[in-house]
Amino acid sequence: MLNIRKLHKSYPIGDSSLHVLKGIDLSVEEGEMVAIMGSSGSGKSTLLNIIGMLDEADSGEYILDGVLIKNLTEKKAAIYRNKFLGFIFQSFNLINYKNALENVALPLYYQGLKRKERLEKALFHLEKVGLKPWAHHLPNELSGGQKQRVAIARALAANPKLLLADEPTGALDTKTSYEIMDFIQHLNDEGKTILIVTHEEDIANMCKRIVRLKDGVIMEDINVEQVRAFQNV
Amino acid sequence: MMGFLFDRDTWQEIFESLGKNKLRTVLTMIGVWWGILLLISLLGSARGLENAFNRLFGDFATNSVFIWGQSTSKPFKGFQEGRFVRLTLTDARNVEENVEGIEFVVPRNQSQGLVVRNQLSGTFGINGDYPLLDRVQKKKMIRGRFINENDINENKKVVVISDEIYKQLFDKDEEMIGELIQIKGINFKIIGVFETGNVQMGPRSDIHIPFTTFQQIFNQGDNIGWMMITGKPDYNITQIEADAKLMLKNLNQIHPEDNRAFGSFNLGNEFKKVTGFLVGMQFLTWFVGLATLIAGVFAIGNILLITVKERTKEIGVRRALGATPFEIKRQVIVEAVFITLVSGLLGIISGGLILMLLNKSFGQGEDAVLVNPSVPLVVVFFSLVLLVGLGSLIGLIPAFKATSIKPIDALREE
Repeated sequence: MLNIRKLHKSYPIGDSSLHVLKGIDLSVEEGEMVAIMGSSGSGKSTLLNIIGMLDEADSGEYILDGVLIKNLTEKKAAIYRNKFLGFIFQSFNLINYKNALENVALPLYYQGLKRKERLEKALFHLEKVGLKPWAHHLPNELSGGQKQRVAIARALAANPKLLLADEPTGALDTKTSYEIMDFIQHLNDEGKTILIVTHEEDIANMCKRIVRLKDGVIMEDINVEQVRAFQNV
Repeated sequence: MMGFLFDRDTWQEIFESLGKNKLRTVLTMIGVWWGILLLISLLGSARGLENAFNRLFGDFATNSVFIWGQSTSKPFKGFQEGRFVRLTLTDARNVEENVEGIEFVVPRNQSQGLVVRNQLSGTFGINGDYPLLDRVQKKKMIRGRFINENDINENKKVVVISDEIYKQLFDKDEEMIGELIQIKGINFKIIGVFETGNVQMGPRSDIHIPFTTFQQIFNQGDNIGWMMITGKPDYNITQIEADAKLMLKNLNQIHPEDNRAFGSFNLGNEFKKVTGFLVGMQFLTWFVGLATLIAGVFAIGNILLITVKERTKEIGVRRALGATPFEIKRQVIVEAVFITLVSGLLGIISGGLILMLLNKSFGQGEDAVLVNPSVPLVVVFFSLVLLVGLGSLIGLIPAFKATSIKPIDALREE
């Protein structure tokens, strides 16, 4: 599904440069649910951005679903992102003047679907996250948990192969966090491949595998017994 | 390809991003609105002036010069200075035959005379004229006809009068054709009445009698009062005037550099001055209008630049969700074109309203200052095309700004 070999990335800082990723090897199979952990500065966000094609590695190989991701033009990257990836952000990143339904329909807009069709699809995904009655509410009329569920529905709308979540519970209280995690676990149960960047142990333990990063290298890569989120709710 | 223009999301985004700061949007639009308003209303007024002017001068062959004799100011060939110069029919014929580019020469005579009908009388200017006068200074005949060749050849005692003389000598609605009036005690038959024009060139001309008849009753011989020279359309009337004067000086033994021997009025030059003024005004209008317009469009580019900056994060999110740089740019450009076009259309409409208002207040009646102040559709169309062109050009700047920042950096923006 996802194959990364000898990935290096450094950022220039003034005259010198900061080596953020120092040779990452990682492969993720379909249906896995992986937590990427590490303290700030460990390179976990950079790794996620490279996987998300928002950033490009200096060297190394990155293959996603059999496609070599290299030297992408902005246009190609946009098309791949739209086709392969679903993003879930810490701060939800909903568009505040579009209602829940239109937010979910946005990736479908960029796929070129007709309005009627994409609103139908969006409503289906919104129903899946249990927010059908809220379809016509603007983001500022929703709670944090609801916003994140809209964001998840949006990430799912284009039916991506890989779901990338960057601290999806970072802005939520514990109870809501677990509700969201419960939901993400269900998606994984249905077969979605999910990558979560987090620095919270309890969230990481709700995944099936934990990859620990420190100073740009993988320190530990272990499979764990998944803790079901609903038990904690 | 153009389908996105009909997509509700496209417009929702435009209105949303504009609505975020209504005041700023409106203030920016005023720039473009004002530019187009100026352009339309000034161009329309200039055209109205030009139309009014053309209507005033419509009765004249404008490529004309009038020449009359005065006193010499230089002694020449034994003649003292201060000699009074009288032009003659021979002079007129010589000018017509020898000066290049002349359409025709109309010799004229004028004198004052007592005009009597029944108990009514008055002293009026009386003109001796050839039928050709009608070609230089078109007479709008209300009744009857102007003098013809036959009247000239037979020295007929016929007269053409203006509607004003008619009003003074006749009762309202009284028949005048065929009636007699006395000029210098001689009976003349009225053959026509013409309308007094808006513009009088030279002395008032209310009463016209055949040139030959004039010669007889005023005992003028071959002398003429002045001549009207009309040039062919593609000849320069100033040159004709100079040539004619030089020839007349030669014929009348006048020093070639005597500038006071002949008086003249060059209608062509006067006309050119006014039309030149109108052209200048139109040029100024275009200049001011376009400059304002460009300033306005730049303001729009500026506001879009700010909007794009404010929406950096949103643009980042969109790109993460799969928006290509082209789609982002397209949206910004459509937005730019949309604002320019809307403010431009408003400008065109309000400019049109102003012209209608001007027409109502200054454009009515015979001696209106403005006649049909309007702007040709081509100009309206041109300004619309210009707006779209400028709008998309200026939209390119914020559009490239929007996609110049990498999505990853855009997402980090708070």
